[in-house]
Amino acid sequence: MLNIALPKGRLGEKVYDMLERAGYPCEAIKENGRKLIFENAELGVRYFWVKPSDVSIYVERGAADIGIAGKDILLEYSPDVYELLDLNIGKCRMAVAGKKTFRDDGKRTLKVATKFVNIAKAHYASVSRDIDIIKLNGSIEIAPILGLSDVIVDIVETGTTLKENDLAVIETIVPISARLISNKASFKFKTAEIEKLVEGIRAQVKKDD
Amino acid sequence: MLPENLLKNDERAMLALRSLYNSYGYRPFKMSKFEEYELYVRNKDFLVSDRVITFNDTDGRLLALKPDVTLSIIKNTRAGAYDKHKVYYNENVYRVSGTTGQFKEIMQMGLECIGDIDTTDVFEVVSLAAKSLATVSSDYVLDISHMGIISAFIAECERGSNFTRKMTALISEKNSHEVYTLCEQYGVPSEKADMLASLIGIYGERSSALKRLEPLCTSEDAKAALCELASLDKLLTEHGITDKVRFDFSVVNNMNYYNGIVFKGFLAGISEGVLAGGAYDNLLRTMKQDRRGIGFALYLDLLEELEEEGDGYDVDVLLVYDSKAQASSVAAKKDELISQGLSVYSATNVPEKIRYKKIVKVN
Repeated sequence: MLNIALPKGRLGEKVYDMLERAGYPCEAIKENGRKLIFENAELGVRYFWVKPSDVSIYVERGAADIGIAGKDILLEYSPDVYELLDLNIGKCRMAVAGKKTFRDDGKRTLKVATKFVNIAKAHYASVSRDIDIIKLNGSIEIAPILGLSDVIVDIVETGTTLKENDLAVIETIVPISARLISNKASFKFKTAEIEKLVEGIRAQVKKDD
Repeated sequence: MLPENLLKNDERAMLALRSLYNSYGYRPFKMSKFEEYELYVRNKDFLVSDRVITFNDTDGRLLALKPDVTLSIIKNTRAGAYDKHKVYYNENVYRVSGTTGQFKEIMQMGLECIGDIDTTDVFEVVSLAAKSLATVSSDYVLDISHMGIISAFIAECERGSNFTRKMTALISEKNSHEVYTLCEQYGVPSEKADMLASLIGIYGERSSALKRLEPLCTSEDAKAALCELASLDKLLTEHGITDKVRFDFSVVNNMNYYNGIVFKGFLAGISEGVLAGGAYDNLLRTMKQDRRGIGFALYLDLLEELEEEGDGYDVDVLLVYDSKAQASSVAAKKDELISQGLSVYSATNVPEKIRYKKIVKVN
């Protein structure tokens, strides 16, 4: 039996569709309800919905053999897992953004507001820029507007939210997409099952034009 | 003789492993819980985590609670009486847990072979690692890799230390898709990227892995490492160690310290590696010692995950006696029940949180 952690939400639904097309359907999952665990005993898969940022925890700790997590989560928490496939969906980028008028002259410590503390730290350490990290849990965009920070480090998908708040992308740190991850120990004992599923999904991955 | 089910997995493993290591001539090595902090400052990168619990001794020296055993063994086994030091240990180490970010006491059992090491010793240590896992459960996997191959492949790209660090991380994640992205970023030719991605794809059964690896090993360093892997494979096969001991190049240790064979062991039912080890000649070189070394550690505390749930009872018999009852008759009843092989908890009234199979009263 393969335990698969799916991220709740639109991305998770897209991933499930890929799994279904790859030959791992589980009809019950489409019924709207409060149930969180769905099993197709015949095919040997069990799906469960978890908070997207928790997927890597379930996989790292072995409660799920495989899971689908955004690269942002993998970079932020560095779980000890295998990253087997780039699904090329849920695409966006981790970027530095600030007020359109903002210019970093490098004369003073840069105040950076973000949900992704480790990614921001690593990015600025790589360019030896002294920063003051301000950890926020949501509505990051208002930090530069209210003067709480100079810039933000956050996920940018279309850039609409930024535009509406008079902000602009200053630089892209890293492109983000959904990745298929596996628990390292599970991979040893369920190698053939995991390989088969990965190949099934690989065939569903759409290439960039 | 103790009843088998009384021992916990880690205790049972500890006894069996002691006997195993003794039979191969490894001697027990007992060390202090404390070590000079300076030893870790000098070899910080060798540690799994660079956080160490420190304190001042009464004479002002800065000491640490051991985060690692290998460094202490190297320090305490000088070349001399033996040309090889074969020792095993059973020690607690103190490290920051990757998942909780807090210090954790970890029970380690392992062995080190330091000195003038040859192929026989490497085979002995690797096969002892496999036997150690088999002692706990027959459902195990030991993955073997070679730092010489990984570093030779990366060195062929000629892109410096940042590239090496990032590429090593990708190899350990089996992340072949980002190998191409990273190579593109650093302007590495696509045939080298293909070679690294192929290396990630090579894992599993040893002889087929070797066949796939051979055409990729073109540099002298890679060929030498391949040769070492092939001779190890031959010895393992001759000794009947086959399907559970595999090759997998996602096993990667720090290149500054580990240079040869490295390996990692897994047990079904435990979500992370329970055994890790390898050859660390580079570490000895940085410690200015002209010796070679290889060893491994088994994390006994992880065996708790394999513990089966009991029958749900704390005790077989709850012996409830009246406070006026004769002490001798209570003791006699207790002895009688125990002699029947039952466990007995005696009290004057029924305790709230004890689960028992039956209750016996003595007035």
